[in-house]
Amino acid sequence: MKALRKPVYLAAGAYTMSMGTGRKEFDPKKARPGLEHYIDEAVRAVLAQIANPDLVDEGVIANFMAARFNRQGNLASLLAAAHPALRYKPMVRVEGACGTGGLGLATGIKTVLADMADVVLVVGVEVQNTVKAVYGADILAGAGHYASQRKAGHAHFFPARFSDRAGAYFARYGAERTRQAMAAWYANAIANARLNPLAQEFHNTAPDLVKLGMSRPDPESFTEHLNFYDCSKVSDGAAAVLVCSEEGLARLGLGRDAAVQVAGYGQVVDDLVQAPPDLTALTTSRKAVEHALGQAGIGVGDVGVFEVHDCFTITGILAVEALGLAQPGEGPDLVLGGGIARNGEHPTNTSGGLIGYGHPTGASGVRMAVDLWKQLVGRAEGFQVPLAREYGLMISMGGDDKTVVAVALRK
Amino acid sequence: MELFERLRNVAVVGAAGKMGSGISLLLAEQIAFAALEDRAGTHVLNLIDISDEGLLGLLRYIRAQAVKTAEKQINRLRRLYAERADLVENGEMVAEFVHEVMLHIRTGKTLELARDSHLVFEAAFERDELKIDIFRKLADMCGQSTFFLTNTSAIPIGFLSRESGLEGRVIGYHFYNPPAVQKLVELITPAHCSPGLVALASELATRLGKTIVPANDIAGFIGNGHFMRDGLHGLGEAERLAGEMGFVQAVWAVDRVSRDWLLRPMGIFQLIDYVGIDVFQLILSVMRRHIPAPELRSDLIDLLIELGVKGGQTSSGAQKDGFFRYEKGRPVAVYDPNRREYVPCEPEGWCRQVEEALGPHPDPSVSWKALGRDRDKDARLRAFFARVKESTTLGCDLARRYAAASRAAAEQLVAMGVAARPEDVNSVLTLGFFHLYGPINEYL
Repeated sequence: MKALRKPVYLAAGAYTMSMGTGRKEFDPKKARPGLEHYIDEAVRAVLAQIANPDLVDEGVIANFMAARFNRQGNLASLLAAAHPALRYKPMVRVEGACGTGGLGLATGIKTVLADMADVVLVVGVEVQNTVKAVYGADILAGAGHYASQRKAGHAHFFPARFSDRAGAYFARYGAERTRQAMAAWYANAIANARLNPLAQEFHNTAPDLVKLGMSRPDPESFTEHLNFYDCSKVSDGAAAVLVCSEEGLARLGLGRDAAVQVAGYGQVVDDLVQAPPDLTALTTSRKAVEHALGQAGIGVGDVGVFEVHDCFTITGILAVEALGLAQPGEGPDLVLGGGIARNGEHPTNTSGGLIGYGHPTGASGVRMAVDLWKQLVGRAEGFQVPLAREYGLMISMGGDDKTVVAVALRK
Repeated sequence: MELFERLRNVAVVGAAGKMGSGISLLLAEQIAFAALEDRAGTHVLNLIDISDEGLLGLLRYIRAQAVKTAEKQINRLRRLYAERADLVENGEMVAEFVHEVMLHIRTGKTLELARDSHLVFEAAFERDELKIDIFRKLADMCGQSTFFLTNTSAIPIGFLSRESGLEGRVIGYHFYNPPAVQKLVELITPAHCSPGLVALASELATRLGKTIVPANDIAGFIGNGHFMRDGLHGLGEAERLAGEMGFVQAVWAVDRVSRDWLLRPMGIFQLIDYVGIDVFQLILSVMRRHIPAPELRSDLIDLLIELGVKGGQTSSGAQKDGFFRYEKGRPVAVYDPNRREYVPCEPEGWCRQVEEALGPHPDPSVSWKALGRDRDKDARLRAFFARVKESTTLGCDLARRYAAASRAAAEQLVAMGVAARPEDVNSVLTLGFFHLYGPINEYL
C-alpha cells in the first residue's frame, strides 16, 4: 500500500445548519432557501478563516442529485457564484450518491498530491426538502441501479434495502439484542445532536429516546424492520473545508495546530448492479477502511474519534463492525455497552451523525471531515470529547455500500 | 347484488356540501381502488349538487385529497401497479391514482344523473320536506333494486322512507364531520329494512375503514340525541351564570370549563359554532317534531338566529362568527345579544376576572391534547377527576354539574332505547366527538 507522497492537510472547516423536520425554523409550507444559500454560507464561513480568499487554487463541489431535487446542473460553475475569488479557476463537480462528500475529499486530496494546487476548496451540498419524502425516495433510488431495481423496489426504496439488511442481521445474530442496539444508536445520536446547535435534532426534547427507538415498525405504512427513528431525515445543508499542501497551509497563514493531516484514505467501489455479497456486512466499507488504515500505517486501535455513515441505525452497527471495532455480530454489544458514546472507548458521531445532525446527502462526507477536524484541533466546543488517541477516522458511504471513501486524519 | 357490483354505479346527492364532499371523496377513492382491483366493468360516481361553483370546488377538493391519500398509501399503490411497466416512480403512481379517482366521476345539477345508480347517498340539507322531495323523485327514477343511504343526523329513517315510498330501501348512514377523517358511522336501521341493505351497509363501512355504532330509529339518534341535550345544559348554565357575572363572562366561563375541565377538544359554544347555531336550532326543531320532547329548545339560540348570528363554516372551512369571533381558530371575542356586538376578550380585564371566578385549573399539565397520546390516559383521567371531585372552586363545581348532565343525557338515550347499550353512547362520543372518555364513566 503506497503512502501519500507528501503531506496533505485539512483546515478551516465549516458547515451550515441541517434544515428539515425537527428544526423549529423549518416550515414545510413556506418557501425555503435553495442550493446557492447553503453553498454561499459554507464557503463564506471557510473563507472567513483565511486572510486572502484569492489563495484558493481550485474547487470541488460534491453534490448527489441537484439535477432532480433542484433542477440544477453545471454545479462547478455555480460554486464560483459563492465568492468572486473563485471565478476563472478550475472547479469540478463530483458525485457518488451518499458517498459524494467523501469523493469530494478524495478529489481534493488527489489534486494536492498531484501538485496541481496548494489550496483546494471542497464543498458538499444537498437541498432535498424541495419534494416530500415519498417523492424524494424516487430520487434517492438513483443511488441504486435504477433501471434494474426501482420498479421492483419498495416505495421507500433505501429504507427497505437497509430493512432487508436488518432482517438478515436479525436472522443471523438475533433480533432482540440488535433491535435494542438500534434504539441505543438512535438515543446516542440524538443525545450528541442536542450538543450541536447546527444539528437537525438539536431541538429534540423527547424524554425517552430508547422507547421511541424501540417503536414497532409498520410494514404497511413504512418498512418491515425499520421504524422512522431508525432513519436519518430529509435535510438541506452544506459543508466545506480546505485541502492544502504544506506550502498552501503556510501561505494561508494557518498554523499546523489549526490543521489536521490526511494520514491515509481509501476509495473503493463495488459493482452497482449486483446485490451485496453479504447483507450482514459492509464489505466495500471494510476494504476502504483497510486501505485508509494501511496507508496511514496504523491500526483501528490508534484512532480516538470516529465518524460513520449511519443513514440508518442498522448501518451504524454494520459500520462499527466494518471499522473493526467489533467482530461480525458483536456490533450490538459494543453499542449497548456504551462503546461508541462520547465518554466511551470509541466516541463516534460526536455531533449527531446522519441521524442526529442530519443527512444532506452530498454534504455528509465533507461534514464528517469537518467534525473530525474540529475534534482533533479542539474546536468542537459543546460537543468536544477528550481525545485518547491522535487519529480520527471516517467512512463516507454511497448507495448500499457501493461507493465508499474512508479517511484517516491525524492531529 | 354484491357490494362490488353496486360500486359500479353510485350517486351522491348534496355532494358539494360539508358532509357530501367528504362522503364523495371517500367513495371516489374507494371506487378508484375497486376499479384497479376489478378491471372487468366500468365504474361511475355521480356527484350531484345545485351549483356549478360548488361542484367545481368539490372536484378541486377531491383531487387535492386524493394526492394525500395516494402518498399515504404508496406501499399499496406499488403493489396495485406492479404490472404497469410504465409506472416506475412513486410520483408516477400517485399521479396515476389521482387520475383514476377523477376518471370515474360525473358531476351534474340534476337528479337524473342518479338514474342508473345502484347505491345513492343522500347528504342534502337537514329538512324533512327537502329530503322527502329528493327521495320521491329518486323513487320514480331509479331501479327497484337501488339502495339509499341517508346522512341525516336527526330525521327518523322510517318516516323518510314511508313518506317517499321507499320503505325497506333506505338506511341511516350518519358520517361525522369531516367524513374522510372521522372513524364513526352511526348506522340507523329502520323497521322493515331490507336485510341485504343492512349487510351491505356494514360491509361498506369495513371497506371505508369506518367503525359502525348502531342506533335506533328515534329522532336525533345517539349523536345529536346527546349533543343537543349536552348543548342545552351548557346554554342553561350560561343563562344561569349570566345573572351573577354578566352574559359574555358566563359564555366564556362555560366554554372554558366544558373544554379544559372536562378535557374535550372544544368548549360547548365553540362546538355549537362549529356545527352552526342555525343547524343546532334546526336539529332541535326536527327532534321536537318527531318525539315528544318540548324541552328541546333554547330561547337564547332562537334569539341569536333572529339577530343573524349563525356560526358555521365558510366553503373553505374557515369558522364563521357565532357565539365567538375567531382568530386563527381561537375564540377572541364573545357576542353580546344585548349590545348586539362582539366584546373582545381582555386578558387583563374581564377574561381575567372570569379566570379568577373559576379558580385555578385542577392540573394545567392535563389537557385534551396532552392526554390524547398518553398511554396512561385512564390513570391520569382518574387522578385528574379525583381532584375535580374534591375541589370547591366554581370551575370544578361547573365541571361536576356538566359531567352529571352529560351522563344523564347518555342514560336517557339508553332508557329511551335510542342506544342499545351505554357503550354505544360512549363510542359515539369518543369516536365521533373525539372525547377522551364516554359520558357514562367512573371518573366523576
